[in-house]
Amino acid sequence: MTWGDTLRNGIDAIRNHKMRSALTSLGILIGIAAVVLTVGLGQGAQKQVSKQLAALGGNLLIVSPGSSTSSGVRGGFGSAATLTAADATALSSKVAAPDIDRVAPVSSSASESLVNGSTNWTSTVVGTTPDWLSVRGRSLSSGRFISAADQSSAAAVVVLGSDTASELFGPIDAVGQSVTINSVVYEVVGVLTSAGSDSSTNLDDQAVVPISTAQQRLIGGTNRGSVADIYIKASSESRLSAAYQEANKLLAYRHSITSGSSSDFTITTQQSVISTTSSVNGTLANLLIGVAALSLMVGGIGVMNIMLVSVKERTREIGLRKALGGTPSLIRRQFLAEASMLGLTGGLLGVGLGIGAAEILPHFMNTPVSISVTWIAIAIGVAIAIGIGFGVYPAARAARLSPIDALRSE
Amino acid sequence: MEPVAERPRAELPSSEEEPPREAPVIELDGVSKVYRTGEIEVAALRGVSLSIRQGEYVAIMGPSGSGKSTLMHILGCLDVASQGHYLLAGEDVSVMDEEELAEVRNRRIGFVFQQFNLLPSLTALRNVELPLAYARVNRHERAERARAVLDRVGLGDRLGHRPGELSGGQQQRVAVARALATDPALVLADEPTGNLDSTATEDVLGLFAELHDAGRTVVLITHEAEVAARAARVIHLHDGHIASDESSSTVRAAGAGR
Repeated sequence: MTWGDTLRNGIDAIRNHKMRSALTSLGILIGIAAVVLTVGLGQGAQKQVSKQLAALGGNLLIVSPGSSTSSGVRGGFGSAATLTAADATALSSKVAAPDIDRVAPVSSSASESLVNGSTNWTSTVVGTTPDWLSVRGRSLSSGRFISAADQSSAAAVVVLGSDTASELFGPIDAVGQSVTINSVVYEVVGVLTSAGSDSSTNLDDQAVVPISTAQQRLIGGTNRGSVADIYIKASSESRLSAAYQEANKLLAYRHSITSGSSSDFTITTQQSVISTTSSVNGTLANLLIGVAALSLMVGGIGVMNIMLVSVKERTREIGLRKALGGTPSLIRRQFLAEASMLGLTGGLLGVGLGIGAAEILPHFMNTPVSISVTWIAIAIGVAIAIGIGFGVYPAARAARLSPIDALRSE
Repeated sequence: MEPVAERPRAELPSSEEEPPREAPVIELDGVSKVYRTGEIEVAALRGVSLSIRQGEYVAIMGPSGSGKSTLMHILGCLDVASQGHYLLAGEDVSVMDEEELAEVRNRRIGFVFQQFNLLPSLTALRNVELPLAYARVNRHERAERARAVLDRVGLGDRLGHRPGELSGGQQQRVAVARALATDPALVLADEPTGNLDSTATEDVLGLFAELHDAGRTVVLITHEAEVAARAARVIHLHDGHIASDESSSTVRAAGAGR
C-alpha cells in the first residue's frame, strides 16, 4: 500500500460520499474563504495606503483643526475654525520654521454644481494657494496652476481635475473655457494630471480655486477666514520630524496653548495616516479572523465527527483490510488521508469562494481586496492540516480495532 | 462437474517458499485461549495440538461453542493464543505484535469468509488487488496477477464488475481469487458456503477441490457435514478439545499428488 494507493483510496472515499463530504467541508470552506478574504483585505488596504501616500506626495504633514478632545464649548462648531490662512503664512516663514519647505492651506471643501452651458456636474471645490501643486505632488496636463496674482486678486479662475474636465467639456480642452459655480463665472486655466483615487475621494474629480476667491465667494459666515487643513511639505524626508516639531511649536504659540492635551489642532504624519487606515481595516480583519478561526474549529470538529461515523460504518471494511494485511499504521494512514482530503476539499472550495468574494466585494464596498498566490497555498495547507489534525483521533480508533471484532460487526 | 477431470487448470502458483512436501504448514502445540469478561473466565480452547501438512484439505467441525471460531481466529493470526505455540510455515506467530501479524496474514494466509467481505465500491479486479497492494506489489504487476487469478476462478470476464453486480457464487469466487492473490501457504475458509444456495455451494466446493488438487493447503471451518465430507481430513472440536481427527471416507487425499 504505497502513498499513491493511500491517496487514491482517500479520493475514492470522498467521491463515494460526495454530498456528505461537501457538507462536512462546509465549515472549513467558510473558514478558508474568510482567511483568504482577511488576507486579501489586509493586502488590499496596504496597497491602497501606499498608493495614497504616493498620491499625498512625500514629506507631507497635514495640520487639521481642533480634535474633538478640545474644550467642550468650542467643540462642534469651533472645530472647523481654529486654523486660519494667517497660520499658514506663519508656518511658511523660513525663520520660524526652517525645515518647512512649502505650505498650502486648503479651504473647507464645498460640494458645488459646476455648470458649462447645459452640462452640469457636482464636484468638490477647494480653495488653496499656488504651492498646493508641489505640496500635493500633482502636475498639470494642460494650462497653468493658480498664480500668486490670482491669489492676491481673488481672481475667478479654476483648475479642474481630469475627470471633472472631461465630464464638463468632453474631449475638448477645457483650458480657456468657462464654468459657472454658484452664479459666478470662472475661467478654466488648467487641468490636473490624473492621480487616481484614495479610499474616500476621487482625486481626479475636483475643482481648485484660489483660497482668497473661495473665502470671498464660496464660504460664508464666521468661517470665512478659516482653513480646513494646512498641508506642509518638509524640506526633506529626514527633516520631517523637525518640521513636525516646528509646526507644533509655532501653532501652539499662535493659539496660546500651553499644554499639549488641550491643543486645538492635530498634525498628521504619513505614519499616522497608515496606522489610521490599518486600524480601520484592523476591525474588519479582526472580525474576519474571528469568523475564520471559529469556522475552521467547527469545520475541524465536523471532519472529526464524520470520520468517526465513517470508522463506525466501515468497521467491517477495516476488519477485512486488517485480515488482508493492513497493519494498524496503514489503516491509520488511510483514514488520515481521507480526513486530509476532506480538508483539501473544503480548502479548495473555500479558496474559490474567497476569490469570488474578492471579485464581488469591491463592487459593493469601497474596499480593495488583493489575493496572493502564496496565501492561497498557505490557506489550502491550513485546510489540509486541519483535516489531518482532527482526523488523528478517528484514525487512531480505526487502527486500534481488533480484526475479529471488526469482521464480526454488522 | 468433477474437478479432478480438469487437471490442466490445476496450475495455480505454489507457495513461494516451497518447503518440503510433508513439512507442516500449521503446527499447534498445546494452544489454549482464555477470554476474560470481568470476573468470568471462559476457556474457548484447552490445549489443542495439531499439525497440518502442506497440501492437506482439512475441515474443522464442531457445534457452536466448541471453539472452532476461536481456533479459526488463531489459525488465521487474527488472534493470539493465551498459551502454547503456533508455528505457521515454521514461523512462531504467538510472539508477534499487531504489525507483524498483519504482515504474516498478508503473506501466508488467504481468507475466505461466509459474508464474502468484498468491498462494494471496488470492482472485482480492485478487490483482488487489495492484498497485493498491502504486499507492496507495484500497480502494474498487481493488476496482472489479479487478472490471472480471477481468470483461474473462471471470472476473467467479470473483472470490471462490482460485487453488487455478481451472484453470491460469483462473489465467493472473487473472494477465493483474492485469497489466492498473494500466493499464500494456507487458504483459510470460514463457513465459505454458509450464505450460498446448493448450486453455488457445489461451485465453490469444486473450486476448493481444485485448489487441493493443485497442492494448496486448505483449511475449512464448517458445521455442515456435507461440506466437511468433501475434505480429506475432518477434525471435530468439542468444548475446546479435539474430539476426533480422521481422514474422510470419501478420500480425496490421493489427489494431493501433483
